[in-house]
Amino acid sequence: MNQLKQKQTEWITGRSVSLDFLSEEPPASLHRKVPLGDHHKILIVIPSFNEEASIGQVLEDVKQNAPEIPILVVNDGSVDHTAQIAEEHGVQVISLPYNSGYGVALQTGYLYARKHNYSIVVQMDADGQHDPACIQDLLSTVNSSDVDVVIGSRFLGQNTYRTSITKRVGMFVFGKLASLFCQERVSDPTSGFQAVKGKAINFVASDYYPPDYPDADFLIMLSRCGFTIREIPVKMHPSKIKKSMHDGPQSIYYVFKMFLSIFVTLLRKKPRI
Amino acid sequence: MPPRIRIIAILICIFLVAYVFELVRRRHLSEEYSMGWLVAGSMMLILSISEGLLIWVSNLVGATLFTSTLFFFGLVFLVTICLHFSIRISALTNQVRTLTQHMGILHSEKQLLEEHIGLDSLERNPSKLEKL
Repeated sequence: MNQLKQKQTEWITGRSVSLDFLSEEPPASLHRKVPLGDHHKILIVIPSFNEEASIGQVLEDVKQNAPEIPILVVNDGSVDHTAQIAEEHGVQVISLPYNSGYGVALQTGYLYARKHNYSIVVQMDADGQHDPACIQDLLSTVNSSDVDVVIGSRFLGQNTYRTSITKRVGMFVFGKLASLFCQERVSDPTSGFQAVKGKAINFVASDYYPPDYPDADFLIMLSRCGFTIREIPVKMHPSKIKKSMHDGPQSIYYVFKMFLSIFVTLLRKKPRI
Repeated sequence: MPPRIRIIAILICIFLVAYVFELVRRRHLSEEYSMGWLVAGSMMLILSISEGLLIWVSNLVGATLFTSTLFFFGLVFLVTICLHFSIRISALTNQVRTLTQHMGILHSEKQLLEEHIGLDSLERNPSKLEKL
């Protein structure tokens, strides 16, 4: 690690300098611990692509609801002011050089979390769909039990979330498949509002992660590797801005890819992490 | 096989093999990817030249026309090389993805480091480097 920092600093300054003043950890302002009464280092990862209309409000809401938790925005090659707005809100931004897709942006956040030894990652969307007030619910569930992955479901509890009938059918089918193979009720396999703990972070950051549509197939993979999954009800608002990545002609590819991925996941040997 | 199609097939195979060699010589095609084309071109050339071998292979695969045998093996080669390229593209896509992610993380960390050590002040007064 020190060697890496040495190289980075030589690159920046063009000279070799002593780096004794740098600790193993990045600047403290970016890696504060959360007062949850334990030793967990928590990071909120928000992948975003052209979300300038909503990212500012989302970051404000997250800060209000989880003021002590560092936020990482992964700017997935946005062509608008998403990264600039996020930086103005004082959060760390990782900008990918071009649009690589939701899964790649999300996994970048997990790679960062693994690199800096975070023990819990909360992932959420930048379009304002996920209610930041539920972050504490996800954290308290993942923190207080032996669960590795907590999924925020829009279909549990007294939710009024409405979506198209085709999307609902898809979610139902893949949710049932995930429930069958995970042996745990999964009502919302496409939910991007999740908390991931411990070794499961390494697993998401590994090559086993499906970078295009992390969905029921990945939940099944997690379950087969011995990670425990639990769903809790969360509040979700219908996205006003962007079209879902499961809509339109892509939905045909999505259904095909998901069935194929689930099938080959069950045929593969259990990954070693 | 009619002499005209035989001559055309031989000329095409010779041109293909020679062109692949030329591409490798000019470094427009790597040795790794030239192997498949050279092997396929050479095999088609041998089949086109040797009528006895073509008759034997045609009987083996059950082709009634000798030209069908050449088309059949040409098609098998194209399917094989397309599959090979799909595998290579998948691997390259994964490698580009990993590079993109690590580049994004490193760039972000570089910016943090720059802010932390105050690059501007260091550039203005390089003697501060020694104090660091």
